[in-house]
Amino acid sequence: MPDGSFSHPQQRQFNPYTENGGTILAIAGADFTVIAGDTRQSEGYSIQTRYAPKVFRLTDRAVLAVNGFAADGNMFVKKVKQRLEWYRHAHAKDMPLRAIARLIQTMLYAQRFFPYYVYNILGGIEEDGSGAVYSFDPVGSYEREACRAAGAASSLVQPFLDNQIYFKNQTAAPGTSHPTHLPLPDVLSIVIDSFTSATERHIEVGDGLEMYIVLAKGRSAQSLEGMRGLQELSTRPDGDRVFVIRKELKKD
Amino acid sequence: MFPLTRADSFAQRNDDAFDAYGTYPLHQRAPHKDVFAEGVQHTQQPIVTGTSVLAIQYKDGIMMTADTLASYGSLARFKDVSRLHPVGTSTIVGASGDLSDFQYLQSRLDQLVTDEFTHADAHDLGPAEVHEFLSRVLYGRRSKMDPLWNSVLVGGFRDGKRFLGYVDLLGTTYSAPSIATGYGAYIAIPILREAVDGRQDKLSESDAKAILHDCMRVLFYRDARSIDKYQLATVTADGVHVSDAQPLDTSWGFAEGIRGYGAQTQ
Repeated sequence: MPDGSFSHPQQRQFNPYTENGGTILAIAGADFTVIAGDTRQSEGYSIQTRYAPKVFRLTDRAVLAVNGFAADGNMFVKKVKQRLEWYRHAHAKDMPLRAIARLIQTMLYAQRFFPYYVYNILGGIEEDGSGAVYSFDPVGSYEREACRAAGAASSLVQPFLDNQIYFKNQTAAPGTSHPTHLPLPDVLSIVIDSFTSATERHIEVGDGLEMYIVLAKGRSAQSLEGMRGLQELSTRPDGDRVFVIRKELKKD
Repeated sequence: MFPLTRADSFAQRNDDAFDAYGTYPLHQRAPHKDVFAEGVQHTQQPIVTGTSVLAIQYKDGIMMTADTLASYGSLARFKDVSRLHPVGTSTIVGASGDLSDFQYLQSRLDQLVTDEFTHADAHDLGPAEVHEFLSRVLYGRRSKMDPLWNSVLVGGFRDGKRFLGYVDLLGTTYSAPSIATGYGAYIAIPILREAVDGRQDKLSESDAKAILHDCMRVLFYRDARSIDKYQLATVTADGVHVSDAQPLDTSWGFAEGIRGYGAQTQ
């Protein structure tokens, strides 16, 4: 070409990744965990669908939220569920939460040189009955935390959580101290506020909200009763129990 | 003396830019010199292409439409090519993007249906299974860095339930009441969401037909890779039906008085 555009060899490389927006979040309580995600799936400025779940029940005590590249996310969840099924057939019980966390680390790191472009947050109940959140980066680095936000609006939500859950930049009244764990109704309010706020300020967040609630064995579900959009997903009533609450978010 | 590590023995060079341990993710690494590379050619871009596919759910099932043009760049190369492909007795597949890749998918799907039929076990594939199959094939190929360059819609009606799903060259999938690929995602989706979403159980066949017809006309007006001839497929309890190619009615009378549209007078 006269403009010299062919004088250097051109190479256009296929990009095997994309970002599909959305945000996920999990908060651990003393004997419960809440794992939530919005249901919008987008690419660029287009909303692909208003309902594509990002949060998945794995067992009666473990829930996994995945966010990032949706195709990788779905494939990853499929493979984790398959490994948990094999475990169940081999050992006649569900895999404990901390073991699932280590399994996820191994599975992510196995793809170290062609990573799943996905941020994972695992939430549920530990074998000692405490609420737990494990957060991962795409290549498997992980830690147990009390709360974590990930995805498109993580930079909006995480500072809010630091303030409201860890009481960062707050001073307790003289002679008192901040609580280490919040009660379930407070946590649910914080989760809902996080997502309505993220929906306001981030274009990739909205449409619907799914909040999974895992309650430790023996804990009363009384504070959930009467909540709108509540559904129980547990397979047995006498162990750890899983609930989901579905809510609408703004669609613009 | 000291045992030689792999990095020592193979990379005898003092070059900071050389990534001796291959620490970068595959897709970020510099293209390495492979002596066999010239024998392996991967699809790097689509060649003969189809434009948008549109599909919606309606009262009796799903309806899908695509025009009949196969473009070679900006050349309208083949003007009577079908981009809607029935699979089994309850599924329709529509594709945009590279048409040779789509023809490969067609042969894979036909093979799949034949294999399933020869089992003679009273099972056959519905739209959800076809969608799952396609998403695995496309995701598998993207993971080999050798993608099938398509955006595919899968629609169907089985056991009294509608199914409408999407899958593309990256393996990205989703379901929705109305879906469009290509320029349709920008031009037709706003019209379809307004007319369809939340009203799927009420829309009659003639409503659905009219909505899609309107969208195809708008697309023909604005999409330079489209043609005024399209096919319409319906999947209902009665099975799959793909129409013959039918013309679009267009009106250009308005252009007469607009400079730049109609014949110029000065």
